[in-house]
Amino acid sequence: MFNQDIVKPENLVYKKTDVLTDKIMHYCPGCGHGTTHRIIAEVIEEMGIQDKAICIAPVGCSVLAYNYFEVDSLGAAHGRAPALATAIQRLNPDHHTFTYQGDGDLAAIGTAETIHACNRGENIVIIFINNGIYGMTGGQMAPTTLIGMQTATSPYGRTVELNGYPLQITELLAQLPGTYFVTRQSVHTSAAVRKAKKAVRQAFENQKNKKGTSFVEVVSNCNSGWKMTAPKANEWMVENMFVKYPIGDIKVDGEIVQK
Amino acid sequence: MAKELKLMKGNEAIAEAAIRSGCDGYFGYPITPQSEVMEYLMAEKPWERTGMVVLQAESETSSINMVYGGAGVGKKVMTSSSSPGISLMAEGLTYLAGAELPALVVNVVRGGPGLGTIQPSQADYFQATKGGGHGDYQLFVLAPATVQEMYDFVFLGWEIAFKYRNPVMILSDGAIGQVMEKLYVGDYVPRWTDEELRKNAPWASFGKPADRDHHIITSLELDSAKQEQHNHKLQAKYREMEEKEVRFEAINCDDADYIFVAYGSSARIAEKAMQLGKEKGYKIGILRLITLFPFPKKKIAELSTKVKGMLAVEMSAGQMVEDVRLAAQFRCPVEHFGRYGGIIHTPQEVLEALEEKIIKRK
Ligand SMILES: Cc1ncc(C[n+]2csc(CCOP(=O)(O)OP(=O)(O)O)c2C)c(N)n1
Ligand code: SF4
Repeated sequence: MFNQDIVKPENLVYKKTDVLTDKIMHYCPGCGHGTTHRIIAEVIEEMGIQDKAICIAPVGCSVLAYNYFEVDSLGAAHGRAPALATAIQRLNPDHHTFTYQGDGDLAAIGTAETIHACNRGENIVIIFINNGIYGMTGGQMAPTTLIGMQTATSPYGRTVELNGYPLQITELLAQLPGTYFVTRQSVHTSAAVRKAKKAVRQAFENQKNKKGTSFVEVVSNCNSGWKMTAPKANEWMVENMFVKYPIGDIKVDGEIVQK
Repeated sequence: MAKELKLMKGNEAIAEAAIRSGCDGYFGYPITPQSEVMEYLMAEKPWERTGMVVLQAESETSSINMVYGGAGVGKKVMTSSSSPGISLMAEGLTYLAGAELPALVVNVVRGGPGLGTIQPSQADYFQATKGGGHGDYQLFVLAPATVQEMYDFVFLGWEIAFKYRNPVMILSDGAIGQVMEKLYVGDYVPRWTDEELRKNAPWASFGKPADRDHHIITSLELDSAKQEQHNHKLQAKYREMEEKEVRFEAINCDDADYIFVAYGSSARIAEKAMQLGKEKGYKIGILRLITLFPFPKKKIAELSTKVKGMLAVEMSAGQMVEDVRLAAQFRCPVEHFGRYGGIIHTPQEVLEALEEKIIKRK
């Protein structure tokens, strides 16, 4: 059998969504950024909102996210994405403005923008990639870096004395009345990807129904920054990151989920 | 156009002009001496009349980035602040310039450095015309001298901003922001419809229709060769502004022996000093700058060959004077006078400075 005998419409089992461009992603193999991009793009396609979706890319490894999403996009200054999204969504209330941000971008330099956008209940979707490190700049400590974790700027391991505590910004944001949906997901197994996609879908549906801020954290590996192979990084993530950052919904329909 | 006479503060005129010029969004943060801009807008509730969005941000960092977002989707958006707030906006301003976004930023200048004073000053000239943020970029800088010009320059600002896809700054000061004067306001210009926006800002990220590729608004270019090309493009744009958009008012300059070069409040004080000088028999003219960038280099060069000297009058320790000297190229003496740190010079002081530094100089 030859290739052309197989590649036929009736044999199609999977097709890359048209909401992703054909550009080859620059992410390290095994990194969660690419998978997270895909599920967002699939949700946009399934909801038929490509013409209304506006992507705000951050500064971080996903600075070039706008090259991959086939939607109109803007690149924000480091940490400022929620400010851009606030204005865009208010100026275009029927659009689907979403930000895509790393932990340095969202939880360090952009903390004020994040908290205030969420507190105002801006009708935006925030996708937050928490990999516990600054991937792009070469693996420095992030606000979410775990105690004991070695990074380029905590070479002997993060200590409370020197650096304070890992910031659980997602729990903090869930306390704000402006957030309607706050969840923490991961994309390291196919089951996790399915759940994460459901969460992203929920976030965009909430936005469609003008419910306020929907916040989806994705705990992800940074195998390069963590200096591990991709499978090892995922194992380490499950054993360590998930302890401090447990997976699951934190706030649904404006109510904190009681555990 | 129907004209209506009103009495307003300079800051209120900015706000009224925003509503009447079809502004889509204002984002700001309170700071004296410009808080009346947002206060007026919040009281007027333009969202009920024109649909204009008005939002108090959590900081100037946020307000300028809200402006960046709005500008990136093709809307007419603006902010206003005063000196310390503009320093916080430096990052956003260079991003706007780099991404070639049209926007309007008003600086009602107060005395510095640091938290300084809330009194009027012109000590942000360097910040406005020489950068403030990083990289090779220029703001287009307009300097109103009256409440009427505060109003008019909002309209002019949109025109320039969209024509060149560049941020425009209205560089005012606490005196013009706070003073009440009569002014004429015109008819309402409606906000752009979606169709007009697509026509006037076809480059914007307003949502991708099926028949075109996605738009990307960014100031990032990792390939240095392309980044240099982008810089060439920006420089060509700035040179075009210098060629086509220089604005000034030359008062009694034709047969003058001495010239006051000034803008904003200082130009008005210089006008009084000119009259006092006339009584003493001096032939004084005023070159009142309206655009600070582009700077009227040619006009100053031309005047420098005809006059006995120029006095740059500005409420700063001497900032604009550097540009006057560069343009005059030692063809005539150029000196500086100005009170600063929130003090406004008197016409008498200005005339005395002219006599001392230029007329009687050995
Ligand atoms: C104002 C400013 N400060 C610092 C930087 C440098 N910088 C670029 S990306 C980055 C950290 C990004 O980390 P994160 O948000 O966690 O994203 P990741 O790369 O891990 O996906 C920093 C500090 C910058 N671009 N701008
Ligand atoms: S450096 Fe880390 S976050 Fe960045 S692409 Fe590589 S693995 Fe992903």
